[in-house]
Amino acid sequence: MNPLRISSYTVSSAVGAGRAAHVRALRAGTTGLDRLSFDTNTLDCWLGEVRDFDVPLTGALADWDCRNNRLAEFALSQDGFLDAVAACRARYGATRIGIFIGTSTSGVQHTELAYRARDAVTGTLPGWFDQRRTQNIFSVAAFVALRLGLSGAALSISTACSSSAKVFAAASRAIAAGVCDAAVVGGVDSLCLTTLYGFNSLQLISADICRPADAARLGISIGEAGGFALLDPLAEGSLALLGYGETSDAFHMSLPEPAGRGAIESMRAALARAHVAPGEVDYINLHGTGTIANDNTESRAVCEVFGNITPCSSTKGWTGHTLGAAGMAEAAISLMAIEQGIMPCSLNTRTKDPAIEAGILLETRVAPVARVLSNSFGFGGSNCSLLFGRLP
Amino acid sequence: MNTVFIESVGLAAPGLPSWQEGRATLRGETALVPAPLSPHTPTMLPLNERRRATPTVRLAFRAAEDAMQGTALPAASLATVFASSDADLAIIHRICLALTATPRLISPTDFHNSVHNAAAGYWSIAAGARAASTTISAHSGSFAAGLVEACAQVLVDDCDVLLVAFDLPAPEPLHAKCAMAHPAAAAIVLTRRPTERSMAALTCNSTSATETTLDEAALEQLRLGNPAARALPLIQMLALQRFGSVVLPLGLAANLAVELRAP
Repeated sequence: MNPLRISSYTVSSAVGAGRAAHVRALRAGTTGLDRLSFDTNTLDCWLGEVRDFDVPLTGALADWDCRNNRLAEFALSQDGFLDAVAACRARYGATRIGIFIGTSTSGVQHTELAYRARDAVTGTLPGWFDQRRTQNIFSVAAFVALRLGLSGAALSISTACSSSAKVFAAASRAIAAGVCDAAVVGGVDSLCLTTLYGFNSLQLISADICRPADAARLGISIGEAGGFALLDPLAEGSLALLGYGETSDAFHMSLPEPAGRGAIESMRAALARAHVAPGEVDYINLHGTGTIANDNTESRAVCEVFGNITPCSSTKGWTGHTLGAAGMAEAAISLMAIEQGIMPCSLNTRTKDPAIEAGILLETRVAPVARVLSNSFGFGGSNCSLLFGRLP
Repeated sequence: MNTVFIESVGLAAPGLPSWQEGRATLRGETALVPAPLSPHTPTMLPLNERRRATPTVRLAFRAAEDAMQGTALPAASLATVFASSDADLAIIHRICLALTATPRLISPTDFHNSVHNAAAGYWSIAAGARAASTTISAHSGSFAAGLVEACAQVLVDDCDVLLVAFDLPAPEPLHAKCAMAHPAAAAIVLTRRPTERSMAALTCNSTSATETTLDEAALEQLRLGNPAARALPLIQMLALQRFGSVVLPLGLAANLAVELRAP
């Protein structure tokens, strides 16, 4: 594929609001995870909560008010992203910019609140609950399109934890096929009890902080994040999406295929699309959830494609697992790695699991980074690998 | 966008239980009798997965398997696009209800089936399909948005694609908040090159024209009662073996003009 330029990007997570906060935290090794209270959560766990965003939406888009769209609004407002989109809109026209947003649960937290407030006698849900504008999976993409004044092709992609990696692939295809001239891609997933108690039912929530690749890791810390990127083939910046790979495990709904065949093929497909050899990748941002199964399988897959020399790490020790937003959040971190010349360590990893042979970074490395591969894997055996790089 | 080819069609809606059985009704030769769909057994699924497959997964399988009847292409060779406005609202209902109780006990099977791409995951297991698969939502524009993504995959990634649109009404009290009257699913296999089975050549582009409605009142009611049934104007053209264009709703502002020509 032709490299697709990224003219602007932003991310907000538990680490902070916008790129600068993330660069600072990555350099300093400060996690955004904390033992916080969220809603009425009673589980013993660490959370990656975004600070200071949870205020009601007002004005023309007040009907779309829910935690997830509040997070979208907050994230859109960082790093001059709104201005970048406005300039792009002036260039191409509102109808020629596509909107591709990844989310796993959209505004389901609003439905949780509505069920708590259902009528004691009839069981009906409260009048304020607007399912289409909050819980529906398309709600976040529709909200972003309306907020940005864009009317091109719009859709949400929801493939669990690979959702907002796959938006880069879908947008790249849409631009190549002439569906749109440029695209806003993003990922927004916000904390809710559905995912907390859901992952808890699968015994995947760690009482300890998330420790990717650690010998004594106990599972995931759930986080939330919102992030966006503007893909514009005619942009002047040097950052670009070089390739993408998408595969299916065809194995199990919630366990990775042990040999990591799907992961191997998605990484190889991303490299092949970009005509880049494994040795030309400087750093790999792992999916690295901190579960036994994911980290072992991913390491085997990475070693199969890259050997055990390429530096790699999961950055979920900073952000937690932001689920449907993880692909976008980690795409943003990958772009920061290239811009800043920094390869983040595997934060919270004390002793590397001897079963993990991949080149896990136990200390942050400062060195030029030309190309980064980022992995995102989800339930249903959904795999996506993205390759980012700097163009001349 | 450039041209792709429609290889086969699958259908599942009240009164249109399959493509073969629904064609006469879509051609206007028999009246629509909107009988509820009988339960579907997804025989392609291994027993372990079949036991866990929800009504939503079974509905998606019904249309997908129906579309596979019309093609010699192996299911394992196809990339997939699944399109659903809401996927599994029955699970959302059960989980949200469980979260109001003490203790909060969510079924682990419910949780892994709650992901929007559950049907896609089960399909990849059933078909042994290890190619790309995506699952999208664009509310009532979900079928058309899925069609755009499927065409882009065919054209840009040079693969043949199975598109499956499906939606199921929610149980109460959620049902009162989602305007969905009945279950429906529609599936289409799209190919890069024409085959001896090709039914039509297809191109699609966004348009500001208004969406196509169906003349027959009962069919129009069916179309409006489910996001997947928004595919019916296109499927009716295929049933009539007629070429020309239809306009389908596409998400927010624009609609999608779909043009069918001889393959």
